[in-house]
Amino acid sequence: MSMQTGLATSTTQLRTYAPATDVSVAAPAPRLEIARAEPGTAQRNLRTEPGPIRFIIIALAIAFLSVFVVLPLVVVFASALSKGVVAYVAALAEPEALAAIKLTLLIAAISVTLNLVFGVVAAWAISKFEFTGKTFLITLIDLPFSVSPVISGLVFVLLFGAQGYFGPWLQAHNVHVLFAVPGIALATIFVTFPFVARALIPLMQEQGTQEEEAAISLGASGLQTFFRVTLPNIKWGLLYGVLLCNARAMGEFGAVSVVSGHIRGETNTMPLLVEILYNEYQFVASFAIASLLAMLALITLVAKTVLERRLDEAEVPDGD
Amino acid sequence: MAIEVRNIVKTFGSFAALDNVDLKVADGELLALLGPSGSGKTTLLRIIAGLDWPDSGEVAIDGENALSRGASERQVGFVFQHYALFRHMTVFENVAFGLRVQPRAIRKDEATIRARVKNLLDLVQLDWLANRYPSQLSGGQRQRIALARALAIEPRILLLDEPFGALDAKVRKELRQWLRSLHNEIHVTSIFVTHDQEEALEVANRVVVMDKGRIEQIGSPGEVYDNPATAFVHGFIGESIVLPVDVAGDAVRLDGRPLNIPALGAASGAAKLFVRRHDMAVGPAGTGALEGAIRHVRSFGPIQRAEVALSGSEGKTVIEIDAPRDRELQAGEIVSLQPRRYRIFAAQE
Repeated sequence: MSMQTGLATSTTQLRTYAPATDVSVAAPAPRLEIARAEPGTAQRNLRTEPGPIRFIIIALAIAFLSVFVVLPLVVVFASALSKGVVAYVAALAEPEALAAIKLTLLIAAISVTLNLVFGVVAAWAISKFEFTGKTFLITLIDLPFSVSPVISGLVFVLLFGAQGYFGPWLQAHNVHVLFAVPGIALATIFVTFPFVARALIPLMQEQGTQEEEAAISLGASGLQTFFRVTLPNIKWGLLYGVLLCNARAMGEFGAVSVVSGHIRGETNTMPLLVEILYNEYQFVASFAIASLLAMLALITLVAKTVLERRLDEAEVPDGD
Repeated sequence: MAIEVRNIVKTFGSFAALDNVDLKVADGELLALLGPSGSGKTTLLRIIAGLDWPDSGEVAIDGENALSRGASERQVGFVFQHYALFRHMTVFENVAFGLRVQPRAIRKDEATIRARVKNLLDLVQLDWLANRYPSQLSGGQRQRIALARALAIEPRILLLDEPFGALDAKVRKELRQWLRSLHNEIHVTSIFVTHDQEEALEVANRVVVMDKGRIEQIGSPGEVYDNPATAFVHGFIGESIVLPVDVAGDAVRLDGRPLNIPALGAASGAAKLFVRRHDMAVGPAGTGALEGAIRHVRSFGPIQRAEVALSGSEGKTVIEIDAPRDRELQAGEIVSLQPRRYRIFAAQE
């Protein structure tokens, strides 16, 4: 294991130990095919692979998952608890750790709230209206996905840093953006922007505009139409997007690392603190924080599964 | 309420969806807008509802300018082809929606709303479905609920966009008759869009035939069927035999040979002869305007349908005629054909 610092290496290290960020990247697409392929396997033996081949493929998948997902998770928790529960709790009760947890929660709250609003507005505009430049807007929404998080952070340094475009003005007016909460929030918002919009656009496009048109022709105002018809129809998709957005907001490392300034007890989020503690050989403390992030990943995973089921059922609401 | 549409023009990019359309609908009428897809009939309906806006022209509902009001203020009931029921609401709440979103000042109290919804569900004979969700209903039931929902706001006019388009043939037929009797009962001015000629002729008091953004003919079902105003209407409504002919003065020629029928005032030049299948009288060879060899006969019900290859066209022109079963036709037989009723329209480019 390398002890080097430097952005690139530490990012990869974190990804391996605390897969919270990776969970959010998983695309929801394949679940439908799996669900459809399952029933009927008994009757269609000719259309599936022979037993031994199936066994090998399944074994390969399980082996892969064990090595790359389960094992790292086990290591995280094992290392965190290697000196006992007392040391684990003490590590989390450190003022620095508490400050990092608080900051992470604050940043997540800010960026999820704002992206919830932006995402719904963007998805609404894209799916319910025709206008020129729509494709361009969709590309723009995807931009944070295709840009390296480090670049996303650097953009804000270039804009708000001491040598940046707005830096001198901000300094003159004593406004702190970089190396402070606003900068971290901005970088996180930028990186997590696509999640809500991406979750909603296909759903809203599929639902079309007919129910909204029906509501309007029945005399509903724009707001009534949104709150009584559009929002109830997208609530599960919206929750799904919020969930992924939150997981990424809490786990974001690259962009935040660039704009944070790593001021101890002030601008370190949980992922940043994990790296710092690790580089200082405080393994228990480092893995204790990492275990919290890993826990977040597990909760996200369970919630995601539940939500996906609700999304599938959204077409057929039960109740009689 | 009467509806008046004047000089409506609507284009989508370079496509002219409506090209200077004028239409008057009288109070209490049940009018069908009939045409193939792309004829502009749905666009016209959506413009009247306020779901689309014309590039130019006027729409008046009961004498007042409708274009100065949005869809939500027009008090127009709209029924969609795919129902557009609110999927997260029960049937009851769907129907109640229009009453619940009314401005507080005129909103009814809960008891009144409940009573009104119950009445409407009784009217569409589906009160027993009140607590179901739309996904638990059949297509025909959904469309009736959609109609009840549209009627809840006491619409001044009722607009139906291909209301039976998504239903299977049997349900379609039932709902057609049901819509007619419902209209007799509540008498609200209604316009429905359809591409199904049978539906238009069977349900409407008056039929508006549209093609390529223009109105081709307006008339009663009998008029548009028996006296089609244009070649398009003749071809679109009912099955027609169409033959390319030349008109010179009062003489009509097919493939250069004179047909023994008057031109009925058609202009000289290339033209098309339209005859209904059942308006072609079959006689012994040498007695009619046309002659041909019967290729194939199928008999069902009161008619026999014969494929006839016309002589003088080297057997290339084959027409289908419907003859009564008073004399059984035989394949291979040479017969003469005489159009009893026909129309000649100048050929279009």
